[in-house]
Amino acid sequence: MNRDLRDIAIDNSDRIIQEWSKEINRLKSANYTADISKELFENNNDEFVNVILNSIKGNGSTKIVKDFSDRIIKLGWPLSYIIDGLLVFRKVTTNTILTEIEQADSEYISEVINNVDVWVEPIIRQLVNEYSVSWEHVVSLQRIALQELSAPLIPVMDNITIMPLIGTIDTERAKFIMENLLEGVMQHNAEVVLIDITGVPVVDTMVAHHLFQATEAVRLLGAKCILVGIRPEIAQTIVNLGINFSKLPTKSTLKKGFMLALEITNKSIVEMQDKSQNIDQLLGLDKGSERIHANSDLKTT
Amino acid sequence: MGSQSYVTIMKEWDIVAARQMGRDIAKNLGFGTVDQARITTAISELARNIHLYAGEGKVCFEIVESLEHKGIRVLATDNGPGIRDLSQVMEDGFTTSGGLGAGLPGVKRLMDDFDIESEVGKGTKITTTKWVR
Ligand SMILES: Nc1ncnc2c1ncn2[C@@H]1O[C@H](COP(=O)(O)OP(=O)(O)OP(=O)(O)O)[C@@H](O)[C@H]1O
Ligand SMILES: [Mg+2]
Repeated sequence: MNRDLRDIAIDNSDRIIQEWSKEINRLKSANYTADISKELFENNNDEFVNVILNSIKGNGSTKIVKDFSDRIIKLGWPLSYIIDGLLVFRKVTTNTILTEIEQADSEYISEVINNVDVWVEPIIRQLVNEYSVSWEHVVSLQRIALQELSAPLIPVMDNITIMPLIGTIDTERAKFIMENLLEGVMQHNAEVVLIDITGVPVVDTMVAHHLFQATEAVRLLGAKCILVGIRPEIAQTIVNLGINFSKLPTKSTLKKGFMLALEITNKSIVEMQDKSQNIDQLLGLDKGSERIHANSDLKTT
Repeated sequence: MGSQSYVTIMKEWDIVAARQMGRDIAKNLGFGTVDQARITTAISELARNIHLYAGEGKVCFEIVESLEHKGIRVLATDNGPGIRDLSQVMEDGFTTSGGLGAGLPGVKRLMDDFDIESEVGKGTKITTTKWVR
């Protein structure tokens, strides 16, 4: 009996393919991205339905399905297309077999449905699995990329380093900030670290607590932290929370913090009396720029 | 009364989802940037307490309207261990987790109305409201 149904489906595969394509094309206009060209869509459909049929013929061989899924995942086909395709296939195949055998007692109908389910389900499971593995891979790559961005240290001059923080700070990132901060202080021989929180959307007790801990650890290494980039609404919120920031020097802007850092490291910025060099020369852009030279000469005379 | 929505707190990033939802509602109600920051921070504290001490729970939002004014009500509920001494946890600096102990007293100051109910072994329910000025 089992074997028979499979044969019926395979003998009628042309009809199944035809019906399937009709339904899938109807779904396309409503659901899938418009930028898939008609030709590509049709080619892919042919291949898809053949993969399903072959997999059924081969008694659920997974190799064809795997090759197919690798390719469509790489091409970025939406998962909804795959799911729809398989669900439509199930419906069309069930209908085709039922019209073919004209024996319609309910017991038989449910047997047909069960059989078709058994063919289609492993394919659905495998494809969804392949998709999720690929997503997990993407997510883990993005995680690494995000981590690289999460606590950068910029040594701006001898002994002064800046850590600009952008985005939400969760406990994992807070740990990462701490590690990077300590490592950076050692590596760059920093005396002062400016932590810029302009881009941090919420400073709650958890964030404050981690900032305090990081500052304390930096202090133990013999350096100082200055917290900068405190937006007015953040300042008010911190006051309401009743958090005491007196142990951690703060400045509203990076510029003010930098001035303080200069003071601490016994440095100052001196403005030169006359500009002895042309800006382009300083930037190393002066080669082949005679025209600009000529112009600036004109201005000075 | 007004519409209701909520975020289930099960993992740390749900805290971010909760405060994002709260901030959006607050912005739509016409709160200024400072009050938006206050409300968002209060939500962050409540959601994090759920995450830390109860494991899971819910943060619900409600738009409340009286004759004179509108506001946002935040309800943080959990079925966690509960709190034995309510006046103690409302003291600045009281913590059982090595934190700053500023969360709950902070929320009370950040918001306008604040109410806490808790039963040991049953859970905790915190209701707090901020009115648009
Ligand atoms: N939902 C809760 N369920 C059980 N216990 C809680 C709950 N919320 C708070 N507590 C208890 O109340 C104490 C004080 O909470 P509060 O938020 O004020 O400070 P904290 O969480 O310890 O530190 P901080 O919030 O400053 O990082 C907590 O240490 C905890 O013991
Ligand atoms: Mg807390």
